Amino acid sequence: MARRYTSDLTWDDVTPKELYLNRRQIMAGAGAMLGAGLIGGGARAQGDLEPNTFEEITTYNNFYEFGTGKDDPARNAHMMTTQPWSIVVDGMVDNPGTYSFEEIVAGMTIEERIYRFRCVEAWSMVIPWNGFELADLLARVGVQEGARYVAFETLVRPEEMPGVRVPVLDWPYREGLRLDEAMHPLTIMATGIYGEPMPNQNGAPIRLVVPWKYGFKSIKSIVRITLTDEEPYASWNAAQPREYGFYSNVNPNVNHPRWSQASERRIGGGLFARRIDTLMFNGYEDEVASLYEGMDLAEFF
Amino acid sequence: MTRVNAGLRRVPAWTLYIAGAAWGGWLFWLGATGGLGVEPIEALEHRYGELALQLIVAGLAVTPLRQWAGLNMMPFRRAIGVLAFFHVLAHFLVWAVLDVQRLSAIWADILERPYVTIGMAGFVLLIPLGLTSNNWSVRRLGTLRWRRLHRLVYPAALLGALHYVWLAKGFQIEPLLYLFAIVGLVALRIRRAGGRVAR
Repeated sequence: MARRYTSDLTWDDVTPKELYLNRRQIMAGAGAMLGAGLIGGGARAQGDLEPNTFEEITTYNNFYEFGTGKDDPARNAHMMTTQPWSIVVDGMVDNPGTYSFEEIVAGMTIEERIYRFRCVEAWSMVIPWNGFELADLLARVGVQEGARYVAFETLVRPEEMPGVRVPVLDWPYREGLRLDEAMHPLTIMATGIYGEPMPNQNGAPIRLVVPWKYGFKSIKSIVRITLTDEEPYASWNAAQPREYGFYSNVNPNVNHPRWSQASERRIGGGLFARRIDTLMFNGYEDEVASLYEGMDLAEFF
Repeated sequence: MTRVNAGLRRVPAWTLYIAGAAWGGWLFWLGATGGLGVEPIEALEHRYGELALQLIVAGLAVTPLRQWAGLNMMPFRRAIGVLAFFHVLAHFLVWAVLDVQRLSAIWADILERPYVTIGMAGFVLLIPLGLTSNNWSVRRLGTLRWRRLHRLVYPAALLGALHYVWLAKGFQIEPLLYLFAIVGLVALRIRRAGGRVAR
């Protein structure tokens, strides 16, 4: 069983459901802006945490299988069939096979995990995920001796994914974690947001969430999980090894060759929002720094 | 085509300035009031940048269109160029003031990040063109010198297109289309200019 993780963010830190469902209508009228500010005050988090609304989380996405624009996934992802859904689990496991989504989720403890989410493009959100620890799933399929990495693969279905007609990346999208990263209690398989089933544009029906790494590591709409003894193929790392490392831990001290990673734009602040400082390991340093002890994080970026 | 040209002649160039300025202002208003989505800074930055590239393509196309299609857009070329300059300026200001925000970071980006460096270089090349886009400057410089000066738009356009290609993540079509269009148009103009010099 996984070592349980207790989130330091709670429902007090995010917008309550009644509010996020209403905020859109409230924002609609310029005259109601003041009202939104007053109501928003009640839902505001302590410290640097500005809650993100369901609308923000579901209309500003990177999911290149549906197009490279931030609004493309919200526009196109409805085409993706998510029922039925199955995941192939193979490689160095005791119980390989094709599992349906229902089989995967059955018996898992679905928890609320309110995590910071930091994109490699230097924007961020705070997202209330629902999901279970990946470690629980790995325990169930039985990781064999000698396995050192977990590889993941996203669905690729050209007739439902207009973006894969363009070779932006070498499809299917693939990502990987070291086994100890995958087993870490912060690492979850998410099946929902705000208590709602995972929206397609956010990686329905099931996706990875690794909150201390740049968002592209948190692979969406997973159809294959493979246990392996060698470092797996990772799409962005393969496309631009100089720009995207295999680890891709959030690190304000190691810049992307084309932009600074020292600060970020928290989505939701509008046109005049101030940038905020990016935190080491996206604020999860206490929990995960030990995984990388003795490693030069500028070399293994 | 004669009828189209006759119709175009009846459109005063100032309407283009009004329309261009109104469109830029409208985009800003949209960004400030939630009309550009949940991340208006990036959206506005990209919209201004893209609009500037489109205007630059349009400006470069004026002469070839007249030559091969007989379409006379000449009366609007200055307006197109000036609007392109102001959209590049708006793009730069949104990037510097609303996006990067810190002066030290702006400098660091210009010096260290090649795609910002070339974008900035393109902008700097356009500044003298923006400043001399008036009859007084044409008279003052003389037509020949003024024309030579305004050939700076070719390197500026190429830098702008490269800037867009360079900042894209992965292999993307749209920036390449701008690059092909601009390379093609600049090649046409340079060939023509070369021919003229030889004569």
